[in-house]
Amino acid sequence: MALYQKTATELLGLLSSGQVTSEELTRAYAERIANIDKQVGAYLRVDVDGALEQARVIDARRKRGEKLGLLAGLPVAVKDLLTARGDLATCASRMLENYRATYDSTVVAKLRAADAVLLGRTNMDEFAMGGSTENSAFQKTRNPWDLERTPGGSSGGAAACVAADEACLSIGTDTGGSIRQPAALCGVTGLKPTYGSVSRYGLIAFASSLDQAGPLARTAEDAALLLEAIAGHDPQDATSINAPVPQYSQTVREPLKGLTLGLVREHFAAGLESETEAAVREAIKVYESLGARVKEVSFPHAKYGVAVYYIIAPCEASSNLARYDGIHYGRRTDEAKVAAELDAERKELLAAGKKREAETLDTSLVRLYRKSRAEGFGPEVKRRIMLGTYALSSGYYDAYYLKALKVRRLIRQDYDAAFQQGIDLIAGPCTAGPAFKLGEKVDDPLAMYLVDLYTVSANLAGVGGISIPCGFSKTGLPIGLQLQAPPLEEDKLLRAAHMFQTATDWHTRRPALA
Amino acid sequence: MTESTPPYTIVIGLETHVQLQTETKLFCGCSTKFGAPPNTQTCPVCTGHPGTLPVMNRRAFELSLRTATALNCNIATFTKWDRKQYYYPDLPKGYQISQYDLPFSYEGWLEISDPKDRFPPKKVRIIRAHLEEDAGKSMHDEHAGKADSKIDLNRTGTPLLEIVTHPDMRSPAEAKAYLTELKLLLTHLGVSDCNMQEGSLRVDANVNLHLDTPAGKVATPIVEIKNMNSFRAVEKAVAYEAERQYAEWQETGRKLGDPGVFKRTFGWDDVKNRTHVQREKEESADYRYFPDPDLVPVTVTEERIAAVRAGLGELPAQVRTRLEGSYGLTAYDSDVIVNQGRAFIEYFTTAADTGGDGKTASNWLQQDVLRVMGEQNLTIENYPVPAAALGDLLKLVRGGEVDTSRGRQVLQRMFDTGESAEAAMRSLGIEKVDESALVALCEELVAANPKLVADVKAGKMQAAGSFVGQAKKKNPNANPGRVKDLCLEIIARLP
Repeated sequence: MALYQKTATELLGLLSSGQVTSEELTRAYAERIANIDKQVGAYLRVDVDGALEQARVIDARRKRGEKLGLLAGLPVAVKDLLTARGDLATCASRMLENYRATYDSTVVAKLRAADAVLLGRTNMDEFAMGGSTENSAFQKTRNPWDLERTPGGSSGGAAACVAADEACLSIGTDTGGSIRQPAALCGVTGLKPTYGSVSRYGLIAFASSLDQAGPLARTAEDAALLLEAIAGHDPQDATSINAPVPQYSQTVREPLKGLTLGLVREHFAAGLESETEAAVREAIKVYESLGARVKEVSFPHAKYGVAVYYIIAPCEASSNLARYDGIHYGRRTDEAKVAAELDAERKELLAAGKKREAETLDTSLVRLYRKSRAEGFGPEVKRRIMLGTYALSSGYYDAYYLKALKVRRLIRQDYDAAFQQGIDLIAGPCTAGPAFKLGEKVDDPLAMYLVDLYTVSANLAGVGGISIPCGFSKTGLPIGLQLQAPPLEEDKLLRAAHMFQTATDWHTRRPALA
Repeated sequence: MTESTPPYTIVIGLETHVQLQTETKLFCGCSTKFGAPPNTQTCPVCTGHPGTLPVMNRRAFELSLRTATALNCNIATFTKWDRKQYYYPDLPKGYQISQYDLPFSYEGWLEISDPKDRFPPKKVRIIRAHLEEDAGKSMHDEHAGKADSKIDLNRTGTPLLEIVTHPDMRSPAEAKAYLTELKLLLTHLGVSDCNMQEGSLRVDANVNLHLDTPAGKVATPIVEIKNMNSFRAVEKAVAYEAERQYAEWQETGRKLGDPGVFKRTFGWDDVKNRTHVQREKEESADYRYFPDPDLVPVTVTEERIAAVRAGLGELPAQVRTRLEGSYGLTAYDSDVIVNQGRAFIEYFTTAADTGGDGKTASNWLQQDVLRVMGEQNLTIENYPVPAAALGDLLKLVRGGEVDTSRGRQVLQRMFDTGESAEAAMRSLGIEKVDESALVALCEELVAANPKLVADVKAGKMQAAGSFVGQAKKKNPNANPGRVKDLCLEIIARLP
């Protein structure tokens, strides 16, 4: 077995016993990426030299007998919307194509503190808006199980790089399912933590009240390791929860006794593909064989999840993305062209006797805004900015945003009621079906929005969720089981996922990549 | 109605933006110090870099609570932050973090009065006070076709308290009195330096007129005046605007509520002494306010509100009442002293307590101390004569140890040398003349001046002044009042 095929937990053992150096490991991944990523397209940038340098420093410190951090020498891939000082943070957008961050995001700072090796930056839907990574302004990412299919999104690169053995640990972000859905479609383990448990400082905002960074890995054990490294209170994030970080990497192997799983009736209804349903039900039987009890529950407000999400997320996005105006940083349109264009328009209007129109022509500043944003943002980002701007407008606020907030509260109450009934974890499908074809939904935004059907509620409720591989379609595509837990009970998610992975081998299967 | 009384009532509401005296900005750790080179007091947070998040400055909230409590406002137990969204180059996030529908304080009042009695004391009601972040500064240089705009983001994120009054003021003098009292309160509390030149206090005035017409009561369209950089400018601008609106009303008859009548924004031109239109039609700007998801709501307990109230101490209005009650000052005198600020009040009370009389201390402070402070551009903190030392001098003056005019020389000496009152008197050779010596001197003068004696007897009292003059020549320490009294007594005893 090649080094890059091993789990992070296994590699950590090899590193600490001195059988492998971080430099060797980093080189192995660099070679794997060089060989395979032309097909997959998971990475936007790989900093081989920088990574090797970090690895050598860690190796030297290990040699000196220094105490190293939790991830001592393990390479980690990072989604390209977390800032790292001095490095680009493009959000896969033309707008930030040349934007170099001046500070470390808390997640990146914690990775550094844990002695991880920052291997490279992964592709994503522009500003994390999308479910197929096709909204990246720079490149397509392909599903390693079928290169004609999407890896899911928005953390498509983050999931695909793990599935293709181009990283053992990967950081994604999840606003409506953007870690769990690509994890499901790529056959890897992906966890969205409770809102507030991982700092958002330096996570370039899409929708602030929903965004959470989290780990993607092959196994629950590895995800536990990475989550432990990045979680924790951050005084720079006012929404960060002030609670101690449990030692997930220590507790993950403890099986849950007397586990009660809740099956949401509404999640097994029309729209769920039969192959996926069968795999999920089979997975639940595995849990029953491990001693779990199963109860059916109803989430009466689940059906509003996507609608509520597509009000709240665009509203926040329209505001969060206002700062990309071409003035202070990021893309600015050609000012000389703007001036010439306005001049020509003015002359034309005056020649046509349209004095009034000539006077009310854009100022050069307004035209600079318009053009910079028109050039910098892709169509999906523009669509969401328009949706959000509309919904927050005077006269519509109450009908859309305020109403959505109220329904959001009801969705949370569905969870609370279930957990109060003695349900430990909600179990169900992560997606309605396996990976779809690239291009299949790009012209149908509504169909694309529905890929979040089973995942958005966790973001709206602020609870944690995990997707783990639970089977394959007849065509050989992975299927994901989603588990969701009460707030701050990530340890339960990870332990339950590990229980499953000790009883099954879906997570060990590998795509056949040449 | 007489000609001097205008046939209208001016209705004025004021909006003030006050920069709070915090070390750091409202949502990041950058310094708020004024005058640093452009863009040197900035960080990724206040320049709106991708991924950054705001964290509330607790000190700014504390100062705001103090201010609102002193303004008799209700304090909300639950308050939140909202984003006010608009595009401008000096607003790097594309929104300002402010408070929209749930400000931290509301419904207060500030009492104003006029020591010159031009209007009776009144309470100006405050609608709300809320906390928000300041924007940056834009500098436009558009001469000679070389349009060039520069942005300084040092100010971006400085905490601002916006205080909005009801339209309760009825004259330029009332508007000025409100601002004077507000500034006094804010500086007294130490929450702001209220320096208008540096922009730490900014005022907008909403002005219109109420007229009685044969057709009933009528209001003129509301105008918002901006760009006023002193209280005097506010007074002048409001007065100018009232006359302008009246003239416009007479000419056009346009009134508030007419179709096509919008609130307009005028700027004040301090050089030309006039207002001019800045925005003809107040566009119904849609700021798309919504709660800032990056910040958590702030809750304030009743206990905390009570603690803030208890910690306020004596406010300017209460100090004035105390000075009038305990020190026997007039409203005018107490106003002058309190307006000088906390340190000056303390100086006064120490000098008055040591000297034994408020009125004397008030006179000396106003006629001597304030005059010298003005001439030499001193503050009371660096005025070299300590309050107790001045009090000692006042005690000597009141005890007749030294007369007022020589007392002034003593004070000058104390000012120059730092000597105590007694030491300065010794240095100047001033000592009280023994009563028997003084009697002897007066008897000698009366005997030597039969002509003056005759004048006094004839009722020409100015002749008594000549005795004083002669006495001072013979002995500079002779107390003029006592000399005069003694001479008159001796003359009265003459046959």
